[in-house]
Amino acid sequence: MTVADPVASPPDAPTDDAEAAAAESAPSPVLVHGCATSDSGGQLVVHPTREQYLDLLRHLLDDGYVQCLDVFGVDYLLHPGRTLPDGIAPERFEVVLLLINHSARTRLRVRVQVPVADPTLPSLFTLWPGTEAPERETYDMFGVEFTGHPDLTRILMPEDWVGHPLRKDFDVGAIPVQFSEGHTAPPKRPA
Amino acid sequence: MTATGSSDRVILSETPFLTSEGEQEMRPRSELGPDELLREVGSVLRMSEAEVAALAQRVVEPSEDQTMIINMGPQHPSTHGVLRLMLELQGETVLRCKPIVGYLHTGMEKTGEQLTYLQGPTNVTRMDYASPLSNELVFSMATEKLLGIDGDIPERAVWIRMLMVEINRMASHLLFLATNGMDIGAVSMMIYGWREREIVLRFLQKVTGLRMNHNYIRPGGVAADMPPGWRDDVLELIDIITPRLVEYDTLMTDQPIWRERLQGVGVLTAQEALALGATGPILRSTGVAWDLRRDMPYLRYDEIEFDVLVGSYGDCFDRYAIRLNEVRESMRIVRQILDRMPKGDYRIQDKKVTPPPRGRINESMEALIHHFKIFTEGFKVPEGEAYVGIEGPRGEIGCYIVSDGSARPYRMHIRPPSFVNLQTLPHMMRGGLIADGVAVISSVDPILGEVDR
Repeated sequence: MTVADPVASPPDAPTDDAEAAAAESAPSPVLVHGCATSDSGGQLVVHPTREQYLDLLRHLLDDGYVQCLDVFGVDYLLHPGRTLPDGIAPERFEVVLLLINHSARTRLRVRVQVPVADPTLPSLFTLWPGTEAPERETYDMFGVEFTGHPDLTRILMPEDWVGHPLRKDFDVGAIPVQFSEGHTAPPKRPA
Repeated sequence: MTATGSSDRVILSETPFLTSEGEQEMRPRSELGPDELLREVGSVLRMSEAEVAALAQRVVEPSEDQTMIINMGPQHPSTHGVLRLMLELQGETVLRCKPIVGYLHTGMEKTGEQLTYLQGPTNVTRMDYASPLSNELVFSMATEKLLGIDGDIPERAVWIRMLMVEINRMASHLLFLATNGMDIGAVSMMIYGWREREIVLRFLQKVTGLRMNHNYIRPGGVAADMPPGWRDDVLELIDIITPRLVEYDTLMTDQPIWRERLQGVGVLTAQEALALGATGPILRSTGVAWDLRRDMPYLRYDEIEFDVLVGSYGDCFDRYAIRLNEVRESMRIVRQILDRMPKGDYRIQDKKVTPPPRGRINESMEALIHHFKIFTEGFKVPEGEAYVGIEGPRGEIGCYIVSDGSARPYRMHIRPPSFVNLQTLPHMMRGGLIADGVAVISSVDPILGEVDR
């Protein structure tokens, strides 16, 4: 694992060949269904590309990961330099899945990079119907669209809300405080 | 819901199909047909479209004048807060149900990014307000994992955490028993349940200073040691609750009326529960023996004896019985903790995380500065990401933190058990009566503060 530099590495996702080559040259590549992995405090994390995403998850479901506990996003706009396995180019958004295998008693985390220019991912509704609400939340909060989702509408914010609040460029708002004398304190915004 | 950053907000009331209530509305059956059914039932049960179409014909004749779509909630006493259900009814029978949430959304995950790791527990504790200590515990454990001190927490702190979380689980389940009774018509049960819960909360107040929203479990340990005489308080608590649970059995479990109301109502299969991501008592009621305390032990649960309770029918009665008996299991765990509570520190003596003791501040300038720095700037947490999941009273509650090396989480996400569990509602309510629907909502035991965050 190396620290992926967003400047040095091309912004486009690498091809499968490049990734396979990178994985082979690594000292001890642990691949899960051909996808790069890393270790996070003892938990296995799989980093598929967007092309590998759906295939990987189909295989994982067959492997016994019968429950997808959660789907949520992270916006790495202000924190671009982060540790990713070789061959995985950092993008602004990352969607994280939590899978659990009850019979083997193992957890697995899937982190997939989603570029801001085309924030789409295939929906996992047909694999784990329980991802319906979490995917809607991820769409609501980050604007990542899940293609094939049966009902991709906002879930927590009002329907007519503009913007996706958990994006890092979405300001934290403040409500003006009204004092008894009639004057109003300006809303404080963090720097 | 308050519009923050009002300049960003545009009212689209002119747009067709976008009422003030928004697009989340349940559409009329005539517009949907088998697609909706495939989504609602077929995907979960892995049925083919042909099977779903066959099912659709069996269920109901889609005739406009026979069915109606009504709202249940958000202001309805049995929706446990501000849950809104859109129900399509044919007479008294529920044909479809769509839960609509978000009325309590206050952006707590965004708030979590503005607070330091020391302030974090004050935020997460308000999510699932019926089991605040589980939220604090999972946030603290994720922070400790990032700090790399998860193995260095003093033994006493670990056991205090276990004790407090189990006592909180009792309070949470007693609240469920109260509201479940109220929803189903055993109104006196409401009074009894609240009364017993208050006894438990009184103990929590004695230890933490607050009935709820404790901010007691913090990264590095707990906020304060157990007060003098806490052992007697716990024993007294158990002595009071144990016979009261027998009274509940007399009042409810053995009552034919109670059983009639719950048995066979809101049945969920194990396949459905797993597919929908349900955890906790809902998953266990379908016969899946999965409890993180036993299956992926954290704290010192692997050194303690307790049973994982499972149901066999997956109905409302199983969920009720599991929670009732989990109170007993929690008391069993608490008794073992009383026997084994070690002596020692209640928080880690890591100068980075723990402020200096009060006495030192009065004597030493450095200690004062150190104290000031920890409470104003907070402590820096190394870069990385971590997820920790524990067994809360409602299922797996988890915390995912991304740190960019600063004193505030870059991203803090709570895996909310109630939010995911709510997806089982349409399946359990399908084909039942409205009155049974109330029992079903109650048996999911959602906490809307945590659903909406």
